[in-house]
Amino acid sequence: MVPKGGARVSSRSADFRQGVIDVVPIIIAAVPIGLLWGTLAAGRGLSPLEAGLMSASVFAGAAQFVAIELWRDPVPWLLLTVTAFIVNVRHILMGASLSRHMNAIPPGWRAPLVFLMADENWAFSERRAITAPLTPAYYLGLALPMYAVWTSSTTIGAVMGRSLGDPAVLGFDFAFSAMFIGLLAGFWRGPRTGAVLAASAVSAGLAKLFVPGAWYIVIGGITGAIVAAALHAESEAS
Amino acid sequence: MTLVAILGMALATYATRVGGLYLLRGVTVKGRLKSALDALPPAILMAVIAPTVLTTGAAETIAAVIAAGTAFMRVPLIVTILTGVISVVLLRMILN
Repeated sequence: MVPKGGARVSSRSADFRQGVIDVVPIIIAAVPIGLLWGTLAAGRGLSPLEAGLMSASVFAGAAQFVAIELWRDPVPWLLLTVTAFIVNVRHILMGASLSRHMNAIPPGWRAPLVFLMADENWAFSERRAITAPLTPAYYLGLALPMYAVWTSSTTIGAVMGRSLGDPAVLGFDFAFSAMFIGLLAGFWRGPRTGAVLAASAVSAGLAKLFVPGAWYIVIGGITGAIVAAALHAESEAS
Repeated sequence: MTLVAILGMALATYATRVGGLYLLRGVTVKGRLKSALDALPPAILMAVIAPTVLTTGAAETIAAVIAAGTAFMRVPLIVTILTGVISVVLLRMILN
């Protein structure tokens, strides 16, 4: 006889293990990016401790790269704070979307868990929610290895202080795009999805070219959602 | 000042992460709003990659098309990632 909690515990560890398996390619690709960020941070005068502290407390690659671009002496802390908000404003949309799939997560856990939300583990979580309830174990299986690898690789990069080379040489930079393309296939629901994706791609591409800052993700996401809403109305009318 | 900047960035970033949890509180999600919200994940994913895929160069655009074709054959995700990465490396060597 399996004890009463046994099945639940084993499915919990299975969920965690599945999360780790899903995220392995991502953390492999993240190592050179993290090392690169660490070397850039060291070049701007951050100590390994400060670089590691930023990765551990901010945990947002795009915002950290932008911050290093803006870093100078004296440190423009207000500009850096506002810029971090703008670069990460997409998280608001991502969190709102993910909050609809958190029924299996105790309410008190939700706010602490989203501290670890990043593009990659969010995308896997959304993908998972299509076919199975999103559990804390699966989410943490995705998020904790990412957090450990990002924090340690950026700190090591700052200790080394010089770049091992450009991650683009081996295509590591493209791994994230390829992963998102692979996940996108799981969201395909027919021609309407095609219209949403086209609207998002065109508006985000244009916004990237003509709108300063990192607004293009939010603009693309909202444009796609508006197109979906418009198509919904049409299908009801017909 | 470095620590102030790191703290400011950390708080601003967490605000964006936790803010979304409260955005839909008390909102009944159905009909047109549901369609819009269901479309958000693919729309955001597309928007994240659009600049890389569309405006970086021919190698990235072609590699993205190859990766998309692979993805639609319902292969494991790692196959799509490896196909995309190998394609972009080869295409950059050929085209650049």
